[in-house]
Amino acid sequence: MSADGTQVQPIPSELLTLNIGPAHPATHGTLRLQVQLDGETIVNMACEIGYLHRGFEKQAENCQYQLVIPYAERLNYMGPVHNSNAWCHAVEQLLGIEVPARAQALRVITSEMGRIIDHAVCIGTNLVDIGALTNFWYMYNYREKVYDLYEELCGARMMVNYPRIGGVSMDAPDGWFDKLLRVMDEMHEAVGEVRALVERNRIFMDRTIGAGVITKDIALSHGVTGPCLRAAGIPYDIRKAQPYWGYDQYEFDVPVAQGGDTYDRTIVRFREMEESVKIIKQAVARMPDGPVMVEDHLVAMPSKDKVYNTMEGLINHFKLVMHGVKPPVGEIYSATEGGCGELGYYIVSDGTPNAYRVRIRPPCFANYSTFPKISTGGMIADAIAALGSINIIAGELDR
Amino acid sequence: MGLEAQINQPFIATRLDEVINWGRKYSMWPMPFGTACCAIEFMGVVSSRFDVSRFGAELVRFSPRQADLLLVMGTVTQKMAPVLKQIYDQMPNPKWVVSMGACASSGGFYDNYSVVQGIDEIIPVDVYVAGCPPRPENVIGAVVKIMEKIDREKAADWK
Amino acid sequence: MNESQIAEKVQARFGAKVLRAYAFRGQAAVTVAPADLRDVLVFLRDDAELQFEMLMDVGGVDYLAHPDAESMDWRFEVAYQMYSLSKNHRFRVKVAVREDALDVPSVWDLWGIANWMEREVFDLFGVRFTGHPNLRRIMCHDDFVGHALRKDYPINKRQKLSQPAENILCAKPEHA
Repeated sequence: MSADGTQVQPIPSELLTLNIGPAHPATHGTLRLQVQLDGETIVNMACEIGYLHRGFEKQAENCQYQLVIPYAERLNYMGPVHNSNAWCHAVEQLLGIEVPARAQALRVITSEMGRIIDHAVCIGTNLVDIGALTNFWYMYNYREKVYDLYEELCGARMMVNYPRIGGVSMDAPDGWFDKLLRVMDEMHEAVGEVRALVERNRIFMDRTIGAGVITKDIALSHGVTGPCLRAAGIPYDIRKAQPYWGYDQYEFDVPVAQGGDTYDRTIVRFREMEESVKIIKQAVARMPDGPVMVEDHLVAMPSKDKVYNTMEGLINHFKLVMHGVKPPVGEIYSATEGGCGELGYYIVSDGTPNAYRVRIRPPCFANYSTFPKISTGGMIADAIAALGSINIIAGELDR
Repeated sequence: MGLEAQINQPFIATRLDEVINWGRKYSMWPMPFGTACCAIEFMGVVSSRFDVSRFGAELVRFSPRQADLLLVMGTVTQKMAPVLKQIYDQMPNPKWVVSMGACASSGGFYDNYSVVQGIDEIIPVDVYVAGCPPRPENVIGAVVKIMEKIDREKAADWK
Repeated sequence: MNESQIAEKVQARFGAKVLRAYAFRGQAAVTVAPADLRDVLVFLRDDAELQFEMLMDVGGVDYLAHPDAESMDWRFEVAYQMYSLSKNHRFRVKVAVREDALDVPSVWDLWGIANWMEREVFDLFGVRFTGHPNLRRIMCHDDFVGHALRKDYPINKRQKLSQPAENILCAKPEHA
């Protein structure tokens, strides 16, 4: 009824079907969403993945265990070293060997550095979607400093190919630990600038509090792990629950929030970066002496001195390169805490140097499977803000 | 641009070519078609340290209709291939394509059922950048090579 | 509880329905027939000592060329990795899928993650999940013929796609 009492006809409307992606700035990778909109509200949504399916699992069946290390690194390309550390850990469990303490500490340091840069980019790109562009440059400046450390230790910036089955490939050069500690000290200030701009910012809080809420029930049903689960109130962290690489010796907290929305996920990530710095400092202080590779000639390459001067060293090197490591027939599921959550490798071995079947349990897959449920009923702008905060990395999602 | 194609006088045409090329090469608007790890290195290229805006190519346009440099960064899978073709077709002339990284140039080390073995199976490529991922200096080098290529062009090439 | 004890408990409860029990490097698994899958998973979830709240992973394996294949009269296995938050233990349940009977009951109503993970096993192995609301391919494109991760699919056999799928919406967002 209009103001003067005449009957007003309702304006006919229909739902708008909008396709977002797979080439889209806000999807952070090759994700495709199709939404049905009633104005700004999402009435129905479907997600399509697989646009970066690179056939990792089939490829890993065709090459030896040590050749899978570069493929593994390209899974979560934000913090790459952790994936290959976790792969070597899985193969070592299959072989039943234990890595020396110094190598474990180096793996902890490189993985935690990877976690820091993963969270830095996630927060930076999420803020770009919301409209806060400056923070992206600040976060990337800090990421470049960590890249310099990786370059000095391993030889490359991103895809470092650092760990080996049985340990790590090389020890840290002189002075590297001092540089590492300096860069870690700078983190508080560098990331603190972003945090100060964002944490109590009225616009950011209004935009993100209540957007894309992952409740405890949804999280448990969908196998959500990592910062998304901890932001929903469940303090599950594999580093504490089932420690590996000596994580039970380090003192660190597991940040937990209660709301499960985009704001909580961002704050949990900020706090996790601080905890990672704590772990790295303890690892450097505690750094044990010793070898960085296990002393097993079936697994570790002999030194070049032995290769060039002894017949046994030459043959050992030849057999390892041509025939690789041969685990017994069996299967293993090995889970570690990656930047996005529980990264699992399920390896079935048939006794040959090639893995028979490699199944990767990608954390982003489980986290992203909640997305249609959590954004339907909300506005499309909230959905885009939530999408960035779940931290979906297409390399890991699609493998 | 049709006007230059119709000017027949050689002196004016070459001067006009130089001016047009100068304008095009120092204000390229890249369209980042980022799929995988190379896109992260590209984010490093546009960041403050390896600033690509020194070369005028900082204004990334996510709509292909507003862009002239298509940067294909990362692995292109069979599922993504029609999308790449559609984006390339939507870009107006003049346009150039940089294939960044091993995966875009030749499939990289993914020789399997789901990866396109080089985007030149789908679209024409001007510059290939090697690396996995290429260093940011490499990517800037590719942008400079495109600029050198633009210098050698005539305005009548693009109808 | 360690995984072998969990395996014993499952065998005590289900008896002959456990086709194969498996232990290696401190981890344990049981293999059951598709008809018993839901009962076993619900038992793992609801039992007071076990309390497996989370289904972490669903993955397929093709045993065509495996040395163990002589003792198994099924070709595929689908492995369900379970985790208990409250008790902090893990376990694996595998379901034996014969090549001529590729149907497995879907558990998407019990755990939401099974929706996409079962689609992936269908896409890459061809195992059909009955009761699944949206059993479409998820990794390979819709025009793909065959199942990529089977051992008899050659690694280099590429199949081109000319047009992406137009409409991917479902009746409800939970089905998508």
